[in-house]
Amino acid sequence: DIDGVGHKYHLELVLEDVLDRDATVNCTAEVLYHLGNQNIAPDVQFTLEGELKNTDDADNIFYNRIKSLEKELVAENIPDSHGNVSPEMEPIRLLAWVASGYVIWQNSTENTKFQLAQIKRVKQVKRSDEYLEFDYMILLHEMVSQEVIPWQMTVLWRPQHGVQVTQ
Amino acid sequence: MKLIWIFSALFGASLCLETFVGHQVLRIMTRNEEEVKKLQLLESLEHLELDFWRNPSSPALPVDVRIPANSVQGVKSVLEACGIEYSILIEDLQVVLDKEKQDMACSQQRDRSSNLFNYGTYHTLDSIYAELDHLASEYSNLVSKLQIGESYEKRPLYVLKFSTGGSRRPAIWIDAGIHSREWVTQASAIWIAKKIASDYGKDPSITSLLDKMDVFLLAVTNPDGYVYTHTTNRMWRKTRSKNQGSRCVGVDPNRNWDAGFGGPGASSNPCSDSYHGPSANSEVEVKSVVDFIKNHGNIRAFLTLHSYSQLLMYPYGYKCTEPADYAELDALGKAAASSIRSLYGTTFTVGSICTTIYQASGGSIDWSYDYGIKYSFAFELRDTGRYGFLLPANQIIPAAEETWLGLKTIMEHVRDNSY
Repeated sequence: DIDGVGHKYHLELVLEDVLDRDATVNCTAEVLYHLGNQNIAPDVQFTLEGELKNTDDADNIFYNRIKSLEKELVAENIPDSHGNVSPEMEPIRLLAWVASGYVIWQNSTENTKFQLAQIKRVKQVKRSDEYLEFDYMILLHEMVSQEVIPWQMTVLWRPQHGVQVTQ
Repeated sequence: MKLIWIFSALFGASLCLETFVGHQVLRIMTRNEEEVKKLQLLESLEHLELDFWRNPSSPALPVDVRIPANSVQGVKSVLEACGIEYSILIEDLQVVLDKEKQDMACSQQRDRSSNLFNYGTYHTLDSIYAELDHLASEYSNLVSKLQIGESYEKRPLYVLKFSTGGSRRPAIWIDAGIHSREWVTQASAIWIAKKIASDYGKDPSITSLLDKMDVFLLAVTNPDGYVYTHTTNRMWRKTRSKNQGSRCVGVDPNRNWDAGFGGPGASSNPCSDSYHGPSANSEVEVKSVVDFIKNHGNIRAFLTLHSYSQLLMYPYGYKCTEPADYAELDALGKAAASSIRSLYGTTFTVGSICTTIYQASGGSIDWSYDYGIKYSFAFELRDTGRYGFLLPANQIIPAAEETWLGLKTIMEHVRDNSY
């Protein structure tokens, strides 16, 4: 409890690679939820004790595949009602997962718990530069209110350049 | 030409070849060319309607012939008169055909009853309901189907009763699918139904349990919502009741029970996914369960399945104070979570609803506990958010298997601790 400022949490956590359960990295973080104003995202500071896996190979394969598509990628319902994700859509889903993390951070308070529930629709947007651009309509599940909230996000990415999200 | 005369006399009415009643199949052992010639003559007499399965050709080879009922005695007399040896291969062909048909039907029945229902995939309501019937008929000594009410849109609410007899024995209640988008729960419930039925008589624990207690299983508590998740909105949670004065549909059935009704953790906005409804038990799905439990009068455990988050919770949700039986429930919960983890390493967090997820009023296990059912637990099944409600079908059976171990641990404790 920090008077006049907000609530600060000190966390010790373990990051686990979803694609390789044995690959873990320890992490410490501090999260500050601001008092009063619900429109400011919590402050986050973190330290990784180790390195994240290099994903250049997989990134490049995905990047080149999308770049070489004749028509812009369009897809719906990832996963589908039965939890299925086709192998070609898996990187699209992972990209949405990362991007939604940013959206969730920007919209979190001490009384919310968001998860990405589903990608309703994704449309690739043609670009003249090196970036890939995807327009996502996602569903976020908020655990406390149990609401499923549609959200639109535009995501930019290219290998080695991280993910950029505009809401 | 004695032979021909006798054969002519045997000219019978044309037989309806659809039935082979009384037809015999003879095996004729010819010894020389002369006898072969005689049989070939026989063959040429079409009015006898002899059906040679093995034609007369050489003395070394036996001749097999099907003889219609009318001609049997006659042909035998001729063969005997000519000193031609024969034996009866088939006394009555129809009997053989009937048995064959029976055998085929039997194996077809086996195929059908050996369950073409795929437990490892998600099913429509109709398909689940058909499987309930199938289980009740395949295990009719143990399983019966009861209707405890109707949903808002008039769909039947079916409960499977597992009982080895007695009258109003102490019983365990299990329900799933109160929130329709939590598909792994309905899917697990039907797997669990099959498991209980097929394990009785084989697994000592379940056998001793069912010898003393009954189990009631409501696999789809909210059928209207479930159908809606198939036809229109996969993320639908509530019932489908119309709300007066609002264009929004549905009430959160797990905020509608008479336990701290209308308190914190439930919304008064009909458009909300946690709308508690106009009054406690306003939802017919909830009222039907409440009435059943009250009328039964001897329910000892109330276990409800939800997803997702991997939690095993006991009361309370509507208030953050400990229940009187906190110590026992917490220990039992932890034992159940340990059983769950033993199978695939899946970890469930144990605690009261209020301290584990959030304060939520009008919940089912709060009502059942305050009503006097001490062993009241709510499960949140797989996963922890990676797929959430959209759990891949290949996880249904593992989820059901591990959940079953947790349920069994609780049920065994209930069996051994009467109160």
